[in-house]
Amino acid sequence: MELLSIAVESIFINNILLAFFLGMCSFLACSKKVDTAIGLGVAVVFVLTITVPANWCIYNFLLKPGALAWAGMPELDLSFLTFICFIATIASMVQLVEMILDKFFPSLYHALGIFLPLITVNCAILGASLFMVERYFTAEELSSPVMSLAKSTVFGLSSGVGWLLAIASMAAIRKKLRYSHLPDGLKGLGITMIMTGLMAMAFMCFSGISL
Amino acid sequence: MASKAKKLLMDPFSDNNPITVQVLGICSALAVTVKVDTAIVMTLALTSVVSLSNVVISLLRNVIPNGIRMIVEMAVIASLVIIADQLLRAFLFDISKQLSVFVGLIITNCIVMGRAEAFALQNPPKDSFLDGLGNGLGYGIILIAVASIREFLGFGTWYGFKILPENYMGNGLALLAPGAFIILGLLIWLQRTISKYVEE
Repeated sequence: MELLSIAVESIFINNILLAFFLGMCSFLACSKKVDTAIGLGVAVVFVLTITVPANWCIYNFLLKPGALAWAGMPELDLSFLTFICFIATIASMVQLVEMILDKFFPSLYHALGIFLPLITVNCAILGASLFMVERYFTAEELSSPVMSLAKSTVFGLSSGVGWLLAIASMAAIRKKLRYSHLPDGLKGLGITMIMTGLMAMAFMCFSGISL
Repeated sequence: MASKAKKLLMDPFSDNNPITVQVLGICSALAVTVKVDTAIVMTLALTSVVSLSNVVISLLRNVIPNGIRMIVEMAVIASLVIIADQLLRAFLFDISKQLSVFVGLIITNCIVMGRAEAFALQNPPKDSFLDGLGNGLGYGIILIAVASIREFLGFGTWYGFKILPENYMGNGLALLAPGAFIILGLLIWLQRTISKYVEE
């Protein structure tokens, strides 16, 4: 039940794109066509579902203060290395996913194409991992590490789904937008930002939901 | 030479602004602009990271093998961001708490990576430094503009000083995500109308 509420919260209420502004660059660049938008969205869901739990393990067993107790070094605190470790994990996970897809699911691999490597620099991915540390590493959460891992995984998956939802609907809106008459300066980026604002406002209607 | 340096430094302020024209680094432009002070700190952090990373990558540009240049750039940027983050935690703890994950997200801020790829890899260190400085500050101008509007509408203050009378209720929408999107959208419209930039 708790997991379901995390899922609903990160898809609708605290949508990673509409409430935390993460992944804006690729959102703006790749929302011109519906199929590329969905392709990129699926790739983001995929990578988030893998990297968030992977980074959970790295943070839990290597980086957090006292994490190296199993290696006999309980006083060591490597948490200042968080950023560089996370980004390295993300880059290598993306590479790994690319290789696995190429080998076993070539059709999906070709459909995703260039988007897969670009995901490394999508801030939604790194952002989700950093939020994971901020939210699921409090004392209360860590009383049961398995639950904390499960929550992080669900958080990763549903953040990705939320992002997919936002980019797919934006692509659909922009498709229609092409036929409307706009002032020159507002074309492209300007109107897209304002539309995103309206979409964010619509998503705020969900904020009353609690499970 | 002087005019070239001036061009490198000044171009990103209007004609080639990283946010409104190049469409880079939007995420943090929206997230840290609830108040002017966080926007200023974020600008300083990003400007120092982008100018230093430009210098380092430009110094290394002849030794980086082309195939792994992304990873090298990533490592340089991530190390600089770690330094910036540790400094903020040591000296400006409150603001660093407010910025939360967005200091770390400078790593994936497209401006830093974009300037490294597009400029520092082809140009000598001095020019790269100016380019980084210009882009960081051009980013900062938009950031501070958005933050000023949001703080003014949302709290009736600017940089913590009361401007509107005490009984001003505050417009909550300006502080929330939709307000940020719409204000930035309008600013982009304004900036593009002034600089006559039209997107195809």
